[in-house]
Amino acid sequence: MQWLKTIGQYFILIKTVFTKPDRWKMFFRQLPKEMENLGVNSLGIVIIISIFIGAIMTIQTKLNTENPLLPRYSTGLVTRDTLLLEFSSTIMCLILAGKVGSNIASEIGTMRITEQIDALEIMGVNSANYLILPKIVAFVLLMPFLVIFSMGVGLLGGYMVAEFSDVITVTDYVYGIQYAFIPYYVTYAIVKSLVFAFIITSVAAFYGYYAYGGALEVGKASTKAVVNSSVLILLFNLILTNLMLV
Amino acid sequence: MIEVRNLSKSFDNKQVLKDISAVFENGKTNLIIGRSGSGKTVLMKSIIGLHRVDAGEILYDGRDLTKMRFRDIKELRKEVGMLFQGSALFDSLTVFENVMFPLEMFSSMTKKEMVERAEFCINRVNLTEAKDKYPSEISGGMQKRAAIARSIALNPKYLFCDEPNSGLDPQTSLVIDQLIKEITQEFDITTIINTHDMNSVMGIGDNIIFIHEGQKEWQGSKDEIFDCQNQNLNDFVFASDLYKKIKKAHNNNP
Repeated sequence: MQWLKTIGQYFILIKTVFTKPDRWKMFFRQLPKEMENLGVNSLGIVIIISIFIGAIMTIQTKLNTENPLLPRYSTGLVTRDTLLLEFSSTIMCLILAGKVGSNIASEIGTMRITEQIDALEIMGVNSANYLILPKIVAFVLLMPFLVIFSMGVGLLGGYMVAEFSDVITVTDYVYGIQYAFIPYYVTYAIVKSLVFAFIITSVAAFYGYYAYGGALEVGKASTKAVVNSSVLILLFNLILTNLMLV
Repeated sequence: MIEVRNLSKSFDNKQVLKDISAVFENGKTNLIIGRSGSGKTVLMKSIIGLHRVDAGEILYDGRDLTKMRFRDIKELRKEVGMLFQGSALFDSLTVFENVMFPLEMFSSMTKKEMVERAEFCINRVNLTEAKDKYPSEISGGMQKRAAIARSIALNPKYLFCDEPNSGLDPQTSLVIDQLIKEITQEFDITTIINTHDMNSVMGIGDNIIFIHEGQKEWQGSKDEIFDCQNQNLNDFVFASDLYKKIKKAHNNNP
């Protein structure tokens, strides 16, 4: 029944997090710091992964669909839709669960074991609200931008393949990525990313907040945060896809 | 003044505190001493309200903590300062920002008044030169002093210190002890110190409470401790050869 206890504990924490901050001024001071730490500082990894995956996806699609019956624009179309529907929203969030999730869990976990959270509580501060709410709000606010950015950079990766290799022509690629564009796919990706951003930050904060002991426990909390948020992302990906696309 | 009456606390059917009553006076350094596992940390955490007690009363100048709702406890905590064993300074903030934190969070002062108050507290603990440094950039003793500055920023009525000398060399420990004593007297604070440092006991023990296996076995001052007949207390306080010799010398020349 440990899992039931964990779920209960998680929702109790979330209830404590979503209360009115002791001072809005302190919340709005933390918010831009968290936006920079969690969102802006993730741009590097988003750029690198998106550009390479976009490029590789273009090459793989082209090489595996060598069929005269398929239109030449299909490579661009498949690359675009894969990026929009799954890569930039789901796979990118799984990668960010590793980077951002471990960052949050280890930061809050270390604050717990070094009594910094106790210090906040003794002062009369709602520590869960003060520490976790700005992280959730910051990441949820920035995630749609990261996802859209990832889509753009991924498409650019494919374009670079077309431009600098003989795999596909630029004309075919550019035509493909514009062909039969469904704007709803972007909405779908953004909705998913908002849910995933909430999962990543709240689950990581939960494991960090309840870390007790020493460095070993903080490490374990960090691992649990990444593993469990990744599993939840996959589960909610299935649920949201069924709700929004089927 | 803080008064505890008939305090009892159990964990998993194991009674950790047994019917403890004591008075912690303001303007005095009140020490809780005892061996590891004796229940002194549980007693301190119960007084602060981090543990809910099974029975008894905890009176903060007549206000019973055990009967307070969560919201009232939160309000009371604004009158409380705490010095943690590991200082518990916020890593991401400088010394100055650490001291400013409680002021910005709870006081209704203007920005200028807050800065003045923070600078006063930092000056009071002689840390002016390190105010722009991060906790990781200063020594353990300086971290303790910064933590003291933060804990007195809101002019607390009650100050709790959990093993303030832990991890410090004897000389720095004396500086910290003296600082706590001076601040206690200067601002008329009710200070409760949880310690097993005998130098602190002998140096600043205005009111000492000895806890043994969850029970209060002795209460008195540092001057009375030499004449105490409690075997458990004597075994604890005069455990080292040095203190045995001091006690022997005292008894030979009372």
